[in-house]
Amino acid sequence: MKRIRFWGTRGSLPVALTAPTVRAKIIAALRGGSGRTFESDADIERYVDALPFSISGTFGGHTACVEIETGAPEYVVCDLGSGLRPFGQAAIARHGPASPQTYHLFVSHVHWDHIMGLPFFGPAYIPGNRLVFYGAHRDLEAALRRQMEPPSFPVNFSVFNADIRFVYLEPGQTHDVAGMRVTVKRQHHAGDSYGYRFERDGRTVVYSTDSEHTFEDPDESAGFAKFFRKADIVVFDAMYSLAEAISVKADWGHSSNIVGVELCQLAEARQLCLFHHEPALADAALATMLEETQRYEEITRTGQPLRVSAAYDGLELNL
Amino acid sequence: MDVTSRSFGNVVVAAPVGRADLAGSTALEAALSPLWAKPDVSGLVLDFGGVPYISSVGLRVLMIAAKQMRSRHARIAVAGLQPVVAEIFAISRFDKVLEVFPAVRDALAAIAPAALGAYDAG
Repeated sequence: MKRIRFWGTRGSLPVALTAPTVRAKIIAALRGGSGRTFESDADIERYVDALPFSISGTFGGHTACVEIETGAPEYVVCDLGSGLRPFGQAAIARHGPASPQTYHLFVSHVHWDHIMGLPFFGPAYIPGNRLVFYGAHRDLEAALRRQMEPPSFPVNFSVFNADIRFVYLEPGQTHDVAGMRVTVKRQHHAGDSYGYRFERDGRTVVYSTDSEHTFEDPDESAGFAKFFRKADIVVFDAMYSLAEAISVKADWGHSSNIVGVELCQLAEARQLCLFHHEPALADAALATMLEETQRYEEITRTGQPLRVSAAYDGLELNL
Repeated sequence: MDVTSRSFGNVVVAAPVGRADLAGSTALEAALSPLWAKPDVSGLVLDFGGVPYISSVGLRVLMIAAKQMRSRHARIAVAGLQPVVAEIFAISRFDKVLEVFPAVRDALAAIAPAALGAYDAG
């Protein structure tokens, strides 16, 4: 595996940058450059690149969609959130519509934010393409068809011209898919969600979103430590603060940055990537959360350092 | 983790000593659960001066304690956090859901002023 690429990182529903927010970012950038002269475009770019990410960029954006570049020609994607649309556009732009491709699509669960991108997934409409959906929900196909039924959507599932197949993956088992070893783990979430551990060429990526950790079962942390064991990257649901996750938002099916660090430290993982961001959080708040999580990792570290990052639409992490 | 407690009228000051990690939190819950269940305990102050670390499991015990105390309109506070634990409270946002004070005396003054005399008298 070579890298992972984030096409959608928000939880629950997409978030758009608004004009007032863009204006505030421009004002902050100009304030920082006050009195400064720029000799060239490269000089400007250096200045912009040195700005805090919450000013120069945005976390976005789309709901869950993560591409794993395996090194093989076939595409591997986790979840069908609204980020699936730009992913599909990029794939078509790369190959052209006349060049058939295979897409392996792993679905954590069928809540709307994780499947809403499928009706807008361009490659699904192109004959010759091959789409293989993987999941551990018996009703995966029914859920994908239902969101395209009237009166919710103008065209139904039958308009897809690609060759479409569904593969049920038994939870708790390891499967061989697209040259990868894929282990499936049931997670605590309304209607269940499933995490995926992908292994290939000595590299490991874990995709674990929409997963609440209550630790009521004493074996829970050991089970996840095994699932995350020595992973190069763990993409982790860090939607809420710990205080929220175990009080007012208990049983909402999500986790926190604190638990992400603890489990990754226990598992000796190399990198924790905070994911499924709360849609109410602005860029500055998410940047603060990232800094705080990095600090938490630092003050609780007992072994090798755990790198902590926060996913944003467009982020690429090399393996 | 060892937990000692002293009563000042209807208020109990409990002082855990040690790491509130997975193992320590079991002892913490065992020590605190009789206190939060006791109807005549109207206030509980946790003297955290001897706690160098608290994990999510330990924080979960504090959340249970807070819910139990508040469900019967009793008060709970935490005092004397070591710097690292204070940071963990801030990062986890527990400083937003629990009353945190620099010292036990400050906590008593805020949640149970009537117990201050007995506390000051030792």
